Parts: sequence; C-alpha cells; structure tokens
Amino acid sequence: MLSWMAWTWPTGLFFIGLFTAMALITVIEIKKPGTSERKGALGLTTTRGDRLFLSLLGSAYIFLAWLGLIGEPLWWPLAISLAWGVFCFWKV
Amino acid sequence: MKTENQKAWLFVLPVLLLVAFNALIPIMTVVNYSVQETFGDNLFFWEGLGWFEQILRSDRFHSALGRQFLFTFLILIIEVPLGIIIALSMPKKGIWVPVCLVTMALPMLIPWNVVGAMWNIFTLPDIGLLGYFINNTLGIEYNMTRSPIAAWITIVTMDVWHWTSLVVLLSYAGLVSIPDAYYQAAKIDGASPWKVFRYIQLPKMKTVLTIAILLRFMDSFNIYTEPFVLTGGGPGNSTTLLSIDLVKIALGQFDLGPAAAMSLIYFAITLLVSWLFYTLMTKDDAK
Repeated sequence: MLSWMAWTWPTGLFFIGLFTAMALITVIEIKKPGTSERKGALGLTTTRGDRLFLSLLGSAYIFLAWLGLIGEPLWWPLAISLAWGVFCFWKV
Repeated sequence: MKTENQKAWLFVLPVLLLVAFNALIPIMTVVNYSVQETFGDNLFFWEGLGWFEQILRSDRFHSALGRQFLFTFLILIIEVPLGIIIALSMPKKGIWVPVCLVTMALPMLIPWNVVGAMWNIFTLPDIGLLGYFINNTLGIEYNMTRSPIAAWITIVTMDVWHWTSLVVLLSYAGLVSIPDAYYQAAKIDGASPWKVFRYIQLPKMKTVLTIAILLRFMDSFNIYTEPFVLTGGGPGNSTTLLSIDLVKIALGQFDLGPAAAMSLIYFAITLLVSWLFYTLMTKDDAK
C-alpha cells in the first residue's frame, strides 16, 4: 500500500525522529503548561516550539551549506547542528 | 480563572486530515525521492545525499535561484508601495467605494493560466493590442518572445497587474479601521500628511501589511503558471524561474531524485525567508 511512497530506512528514521520531537514537546507542554516563553539571546521572544523549529531549520541549513561547500562525510555538520540545537534550547 | 475547553481541536481535525493528504504525505514522498534514483516502474535505488550535492553545486540551479530572487524583489518593491499609494487615494465613503473595490478585485478573480494567455496575446508584436501599439505607433522595438528584457518587463508588469490589488485591498481594510479621532488629533497638532502617514496610518496598517508582504513573497517566489504560459521560461532561459526549472527537471527529464532534492532546498528557502519576514515584522508587538 505504501510502496508508491518509496520509503527507505534512513528517511523513515528521519520522520520518526521528527514526529518524536514534536510529540515530546507536546508532552512537556502538558506536564509544564505555559510554553516557557522567554526573551532569548537573539532578542526574540520564543516558545519551546519556536526553539524546536529554529534548531531544525538551522540544522537543515548547516547540512545544506556543508554539502554544497565541502561535501560528505557529514560528521562535522552533525556536531555543529547538535551544538546549534543545544544553543537554541538553552539561550534563544 | 477562565474555563478552557479543548473542543475546538475537534473542529480542526478535518482540516488536519486534509492537510495530511494534500501536503504532509506528498512532502514525505518527496523526501523519500530525494535520496533515491528511479527509472520508472516504481523501482528505486539508494542514492544518498548525492542529489543535494549536485543541485547545490549546479550553475543551472544558481542562476534559476538568482532569477527567482530578482523577480520576487522586483514584485515586492513595486507592488507594496504602489498598493499602499492606491489604497491611500481610494475614497473612504460614498458611492465610489464599491466601484473601486470591485474594480480592484477583478484581476484577482481571473485564473492564473488565463492571465498568462491574456498577456501573451495582449503583448504579441504583430496582433496584440499593447505589442502592436508599442512597436508600430510608438516605434519602440518590443518583442517579449525575442528579447529577455522585454520578457522580464512583461512578466513583472503582468504580476503587478494581477496582484497589486491584494496589497491594495488589505491596506485599505487597515486604513478604514482607523478611527476619525486619530486624524482629528493629528489635525489639531498640525501634523503634515507625511507625519500622518508615518505615525498613524502606517502603524495601523502594519498587521495587514505583514500578511500582504508574506502572501506576495510566497506567491511570487512560488510562481509558475503565469510566466510558464506567457514566456515558457524563454527566450532562452532568461525567465526560467525556480518552479519552471523544477518542473522541467521533474516532468521534462523525469529526474525525480534531483527534482525532489531541489524542491526541498526550495522549500527550505521559502520557509526561512517567510520566518524572517514574519519575525522581523511582528518583533515589536511581542510583550
């Protein structure tokens, strides 16, 4: 039934990770309501969801920039993306 | 404490389902395509991130992207100020209000492909009203099927004709919502027309302008039908915008993998620029 979607394991895991992250912030929101809004280091008022969005979008750009400018392997951009994600949730 | 109930979510459910089928599932399929190669028959071969690397480094993508940004920049820089000026000069009350509003709304009611076809016939140098007039009456050489500059002028003019009304209608809605008391206060203080615009009208129009700019950005950045019908991306490649190039790769050459990688990059750009616009324009509203 899903063969037309041409699933692969890596992309499947990618989406599982994405939806898990979204489910996770939903669970956190139910446990600790109020979206933990604050004014962060970039001068933006962000909620938990904004921070997740920023870390994902930023990671996409880090990977794309690395692929376009340097190429594979992608261990370095992975490390940078993780650091960016930590920074987003910690400071932004 | 006010009571909250979560029933509203139930009413949103059908939309969620609809979005899942027309946006989420297709985009997941695109992600799957972007890491594979296919020769049809629903057979796919693992390719990794090669397509992304290929697209990001291809001159063809860079130039299409450059043309796309130029087009969107021209559209925004013309349509937004023009829309505001037209909205400011429209009557606020009386019999002419509905006449102006309907006239403004007319271009937006015409389907994209019809707009393209209309402007195509309109600007042809031998039979088109505008094309014939410019070439034979004014004596200026103008042929959008031959000269890239003429083609660009034509697609930009077409988009301005088609979509400035959106900015006008939204700005107008913002303008009529300003109470008279503001203008009276400005008059008492002896404010110049520019000051009235800068400190009363513009701040009051900000929300609707944010929406107008976002909509015009996304629409013009994703534009396909009108330039495709009008110029087909030509002459040469001069008006091949991103979406036209994307369709050429996906359906013309049937390179689904590279096309999928390109659409994801395209998507990331739209997402980032929309987010930037939205964040910058609503920044001051935050508590």
